[in-house]
Amino acid sequence: MTEFSFDGRPIRYESGQSIGAALLASGIRSLRRTRRTGASRGLFCGIGVCFDCLVTIDGVANERACLRSATPGLAVTTQTGTGHDELA
Amino acid sequence: MTRVVIVGAGIVGAACAYYCARAGLDVTVLERQAVAAGTTGAGEGNILLSDKAPGPELTLARRSTELWLELAETLGVQSLELDRKGGVVVATSAAALTALTAFAAGQTADGVPSEALDPAALLAAEPHLATDLAGGRYYPQDLQVQPMLAAARLLAASGATVRLGCEVYGPQIDGGGITGVRTSTGPVAADHVVNAAGTWGGALSERFGAPVPVLPRRGFVLVTEPLPPLIRHKVYTADYVANVASDDAGLQTSSVIEGTRAGTVLIGASRERVGFDRTVSLPAVRNLAARAVRVFPVLAQMNLMRVYAGFRPYCPDHLPLIGADERVPGLLHACGHEGAGIGLAPATGELIAGLVTGAASTVDPAPFSPSRLVGAPA
Repeated sequence: MTEFSFDGRPIRYESGQSIGAALLASGIRSLRRTRRTGASRGLFCGIGVCFDCLVTIDGVANERACLRSATPGLAVTTQTGTGHDELA
Repeated sequence: MTRVVIVGAGIVGAACAYYCARAGLDVTVLERQAVAAGTTGAGEGNILLSDKAPGPELTLARRSTELWLELAETLGVQSLELDRKGGVVVATSAAALTALTAFAAGQTADGVPSEALDPAALLAAEPHLATDLAGGRYYPQDLQVQPMLAAARLLAASGATVRLGCEVYGPQIDGGGITGVRTSTGPVAADHVVNAAGTWGGALSERFGAPVPVLPRRGFVLVTEPLPPLIRHKVYTADYVANVASDDAGLQTSSVIEGTRAGTVLIGASRERVGFDRTVSLPAVRNLAARAVRVFPVLAQMNLMRVYAGFRPYCPDHLPLIGADERVPGLLHACGHEGAGIGLAPATGELIAGLVTGAASTVDPAPFSPSRLVGAPA
């Protein structure tokens, strides 16, 4: 199986591809919503510097989609908020 | 009209421009790079009384705090992102608490109020603090500004002519006094020149044939991912004060932790004298992170997004250089504020304006006179 899921939808990927690249290849550009206005964010720098492409992976927030390799069965979801909102 | 050229568009240069212009002087600011491109843009924007022992620096800091509050009235609190957050100093051991209590007693006598916090009161003030701290103190007067914004606003409000990308090569001298400066974009006439080049003030002073000892003291700041508001005050450990006052060249770290409006948490403070080396030091970063987690265990689960380095302008006796240089008539220094430049900038600007115009000053400038360090080894 060379699939992971994004918000429940199956995403096919090629071996060695990052989650961000696979999502982009599937036409998905919006990976998270900003903390204050809820605006869409996605890949920007693509090399791990800008922290714009944050997603939640298997329940862990603030993962950079551009740096994480796709592996079978990952459950990736759109991130909203800081990922630490339970502390507020 | 008396012409003043200020070299450097960091917070100190901007404050000198603001107060000189307000005193009716014709002000030009020359900056080699950009506004706040040096140490101003590499710090946290602290305006602290809590870390200062009674003495000339505390006197200057008290005046500066008054002026920052006045500036917030004049320019707008939001335009400076001025936050009257207050400081919380924490002691990790009984010995540290005893030292902190004694330090605070001296400050109280000098007009800096603070209030003792027992472990329960500490947690009420900062709910995410470690639960095994010995105690701490609350300093209601500690402030913070966004330093780059503050420098830019002060410069704009001064109405001074600002030339960026203009490097100053040295003075033009006639009859023993300064008549202007030579720069990469041509000569600029001046009756007075203010060296507000911060950490680079030592190098600039040599170009004027009037060397003063200002050395870089490197610091790193760690930046976490944006978080919900977890940390309400500026929080630091009591050993920070001893580190600031130390003359050691080796790595020293203490914990200085605060939230920002953007949600990121800033973690300092390291001090090393390693010249202008910008290389990220993993041991320093690890040490800062570990100390921060000791104070705020919740930070252990957070990602760091960035680390940045800056160079504090270090003077051998830990006091800034503010005043005329007797060797070159017309030259004044306003540099060497180490890690307190944002806090001390307005009072420095006010002093410089007073020294140029001859007006009486609120603070006695004598302890800051550059002549005390002329010929001193750097």
